[in-house]
Amino acid sequence: MRHFPSHALKGAILAALTAFPAFAFDGQTITDATGREVLVPANPARVFAAGPPASTLLYTLKPEAMVGWVRAPKKGDLPFLLPATAELPELGRLTGKGDTLNLEGLLASEPDLIVDYGTVNDTYKDLAARVQEQAGVPYVLIDGSFAALPQSIRDMGKVLAVPERAETLAAYAEAALAENDALLAEIPEDQRPTVYLARGPEGLETAGKGSINAEIIERVGGRNVAEVESKGLANVSPEQVQGWAPEVIITIDRDFAANVGSMPEWQGVPAVKNGRVYLAPSAPFGFIDTPPSVNRLIGLKWLAHKLYPDHAKGDLKADVAAFYGLFYGVKPDEAAITALLGG
Amino acid sequence: MLGLIAALLVGAAVGPYPLSLRQIAEVLSGGGEAQAQTVLWNIRLPRVFAAALVGAALSAAGAAYQTVFRNPLVSPDILGVSAGAGFGAVLGILLGLPVMAIQMAGFGAGIGTVALVMLLSLSLRGGGQVLVLVLCGIAVGALAGAGISLVKLLADPEQQLPAITFWLMGSLAGIKRPDVAAALPAILLGLAPLIALRWRIGILSLGDDEARSMGIEAGRLRLLVIACATLMTSASVAMAGVIGWIGLMVPHMARLITGPRFDRLLPVAMLTGAGFMVLVDTAARTIAVMEVPLGILTAVLGAPVFVWLLTRGAKSWAE
Repeated sequence: MRHFPSHALKGAILAALTAFPAFAFDGQTITDATGREVLVPANPARVFAAGPPASTLLYTLKPEAMVGWVRAPKKGDLPFLLPATAELPELGRLTGKGDTLNLEGLLASEPDLIVDYGTVNDTYKDLAARVQEQAGVPYVLIDGSFAALPQSIRDMGKVLAVPERAETLAAYAEAALAENDALLAEIPEDQRPTVYLARGPEGLETAGKGSINAEIIERVGGRNVAEVESKGLANVSPEQVQGWAPEVIITIDRDFAANVGSMPEWQGVPAVKNGRVYLAPSAPFGFIDTPPSVNRLIGLKWLAHKLYPDHAKGDLKADVAAFYGLFYGVKPDEAAITALLGG
Repeated sequence: MLGLIAALLVGAAVGPYPLSLRQIAEVLSGGGEAQAQTVLWNIRLPRVFAAALVGAALSAAGAAYQTVFRNPLVSPDILGVSAGAGFGAVLGILLGLPVMAIQMAGFGAGIGTVALVMLLSLSLRGGGQVLVLVLCGIAVGALAGAGISLVKLLADPEQQLPAITFWLMGSLAGIKRPDVAAALPAILLGLAPLIALRWRIGILSLGDDEARSMGIEAGRLRLLVIACATLMTSASVAMAGVIGWIGLMVPHMARLITGPRFDRLLPVAMLTGAGFMVLVDTAARTIAVMEVPLGILTAVLGAPVFVWLLTRGAKSWAE
């Protein structure tokens, strides 16, 4: 019983502290993906991204407003990021029970807005409302599905008060999706390769149809062999992969890509036999997922070139350079792009 | 014995890659297509063999522990070996080590954990007593468990965390011939003294004083049994991840067949464990498209079988 008064006291102090900022300045009212009406500042200057997908989207739209990274960029990512963002602190993520950040740490970074970009369900809706109430910082959740990408970019642009920038990126996203659809219209279903997504150094983690980690494969028309029941990641045996006999393997693991040719249990798989194992580039953000955000737009083009070398149009290196320039604000030279794409 | 052979045959014949019995027979006699050879020699047979090995090792370790600690509730994990080996391996995953190094880290940490428990208990007052030993094991095991949680917290949630989760639930999915070759010597080295000394170990179940009156130094023999069981369990966990239940349950199953005498119990427990593990692993790789972790299956399949056995033949296990 000793604890009770102290809790009540804390709650009262917190309420007193947090009731204040929300009404302290002018703002706009946004209805976010969960249907909540949120009063956000007119021009947010210190924005906290709740998870890696939101972090990437925030970086592409308004890097100067970032208060930190969810996870600090690795050394190999730095050449592809604006130097000013390289020094930002790692703050951790805010995703319910898996938090690596406490609210006091969040408040210490003095954000005027929290944005999240990803799955919209009751858990995240509730989380957004709770954090907003407890921390007194407006919390906006934007739909992270692939199909909604252009609209989500515009929504986020509106929240961040950078509508022109958002319009440019959204137009790029629409063009990329349209180009992808046009390409698929040329290629009959039965000429699209079967694809296995290999994760982990052994290549035995995969993601099935309908999982956010493999969504892009179907979007490019690849036929994902893993018809697994789970929405997330699954473990499979090499024998299962042999049985599936995928024509193409896409991997995000450097070790696996380097070693698969000499791993006895992978011999005879068509993709390995025909040299069609492709390592997805990952700097500064992954091409396939990690995180599932706007970075997947360039993954679409890359994957089209890998799955349909005879049909895919355009110069991949030029496309990558253009994308990095537009979205990430960097101009990697020819050698850097070649290295990024694995030669 | 026949049961084990039948289980091995089922394990070799069934799998997600379609192979007819004729194809299997062709490959086994040295022929067959290249693809069937790859599947059978590089994937399926090493895995079936590994399952048999892990099953036998965990069951033997469990039977030995239950006998020397004179307690039917004891499993090979009692001195923290699984938690320790698990901690070593997930630390290896966190550091991004090669697969073989991850297994070595697990093996080393499992042995290290038990060594620490032994040193700790011997340095305490009343050291060498079973109760002190077990309490030290529980304490160190809890520390290792906390270490695992910490590693999970630090791990990259998109790539490392799923790998750690799968690993802690136990799986033979990625097993290769070199993995089996690496674990085999350690397991045989642990099994050999248990088999050779099975009479003497059996006498420990009568109590330390009786053993002494028959000229057996209980403390030293118990140390040897712990060392052997730790060696085998560490090697198993390093190869297959953490697989619960087998080490606790199979010795009881075997005891229902043989009665409590360790010299009879040990071989039956090993055969039963090997056969059971092969069947469980066959189920793990065939009942769904994705791998079902062994830790889940051993409990789901094992617990009902175990209860059924208890209701049938409760006469001989509580002597």
